[in-house]
Amino acid sequence: MNKIEVEDLNVYFGDNHVLKDVNIEIPKNNVTALIGPSGCGKSTFIRTVNRMNDLIPSFRHEGNVLLDGVDVYNHKMDVVDLRKKVGMVFQKPNPFPKSIFENVAYGLRIHGINDNDSLSARVEEALRSAALWDEVEDKLENSAMGLSGGQQQRLCIARTIANNPKVILMDEPCSALDPISTTKIEDLIHKLKRDYTIIIVTHNMQQATRVSKYTSFFLNGEIIESNLTDKIFIDPQNKKTEDYITGRFG
Amino acid sequence: MGFRVLSPRISQKIMNIVFIISGLITILILVFVLGYILIKGLPVVNLDFIFSNPIDSGREGGIFPMIVSSLFVTLIAGIIATPLGVGAAVYLAEYAGENWLVKVIRFGAETLASIPSIVFGLFGLAFFVVFLGLGWSILSGSLVLAIMAIPTIFQVSEVTISSIPSSFREGSFGLGATKWQTVYRVVLPAAIPGIVTGVILGMTRAISEAAAVMFAVGAALSLPLSIFDPGRPLPLHLYILATEGISLDNAYGTAAVLVILVLFVTIITNLAVDRYQNKIMGR
Repeated sequence: MNKIEVEDLNVYFGDNHVLKDVNIEIPKNNVTALIGPSGCGKSTFIRTVNRMNDLIPSFRHEGNVLLDGVDVYNHKMDVVDLRKKVGMVFQKPNPFPKSIFENVAYGLRIHGINDNDSLSARVEEALRSAALWDEVEDKLENSAMGLSGGQQQRLCIARTIANNPKVILMDEPCSALDPISTTKIEDLIHKLKRDYTIIIVTHNMQQATRVSKYTSFFLNGEIIESNLTDKIFIDPQNKKTEDYITGRFG
Repeated sequence: MGFRVLSPRISQKIMNIVFIISGLITILILVFVLGYILIKGLPVVNLDFIFSNPIDSGREGGIFPMIVSSLFVTLIAGIIATPLGVGAAVYLAEYAGENWLVKVIRFGAETLASIPSIVFGLFGLAFFVVFLGLGWSILSGSLVLAIMAIPTIFQVSEVTISSIPSSFREGSFGLGATKWQTVYRVVLPAAIPGIVTGVILGMTRAISEAAAVMFAVGAALSLPLSIFDPGRPLPLHLYILATEGISLDNAYGTAAVLVILVLFVTIITNLAVDRYQNKIMGR
């Protein structure tokens, strides 16, 4: 079953045609990896799904981005509600300069939950899901800025999970982290896919093979090939895909 | 390669010495001015001087009503200027983008900041005291000081808010926050140290003003009990004591109290800002 279906998506920033006739299906409760060289439109694509591109004035799109069959760009769509359902984890960990507790409680508070008991319960639950609770349970009131990079990124995942999303978009979540922290995040992704549909942008092809079931290869704003990760890396159908994954360019 | 008069090693040494000397001279000037005021002024400062009323135009007695006037006008000016200055800064940094109105506001603030304070004083007399009929009062003085402080608060706040990393905003939007929630819950708390610094900068300038308030606040020697009473802030008292030859000793005493007051406020807020900064940044 598909959580997201994208039909003939074209994205422009001013005169710049960034995504060209993108068609992709994202299966529910699985990990889909997006690979491709820098500037090929992977990040633009995931930012189209939760409408983060709306913040850029020159952004324009054509085509449909269907979440559970509903176009996220339809005029009745509430962007606040959309971003609650489609959470995002960024390339560089970006915790707020607040306490660890308040970082996780942030999404809950802005969506109107202020009762201390339910906040505490949901913050703990989210931190446990993000495999961070044991490391921070004694220092929830400390600033999140004092955590290590890897802990900060898991905190950002916890912050997203606390909103109870359906989809989590991850934009190169490990590119600023050391190998040990990267392993922890990858283990976490394996655990999370039971409950969430995950799209991960990555430059690291080993990472794509480790964490994802499906992979799409982006090049110059187009999807060249989408397939099961096992298939695409062992037996790519397109010459360009083969060239990229064998390291001939990119 | 061009011809070099000095070797890089020698020019490096010379410049090091130049910079050290510049730094030392700056500190020396501060120490000298402060020291001079305190040495001349502190002998007349005691609890009685601070907590009693002036007698015979200030020849004898203390400066209690002047201390109260100073704190009063500065506080009211801060209450008026802070929301306006910060509000304008939030609008420019978060909402406006780059359009003609933004350029006009920024240019306006720069111009406002460069107008001599005596001109503000004259405007205060014409507009607040006479036209609006507020008379010589704490309120008139506060309004003049507020107008003077707004550009400082605005400029410092705008720079601070603009320097908050956009990754904070993205994180907030990504969780479904609206623009206002993001500004109110993420951007402003992160910008508080800079905003407080701007407010203190504006307020210390306001508390040190004689020229701006001399036509607006009156020169009453009595204790101001409401914003509609006239008053006599410390710098104005100091000015009158010195220029009218009333008592140079008490003028120095007043100056010493003013300087200590400003230092005290600056140091306390710096400490508080550092503490807050360390807390939110986890240091």
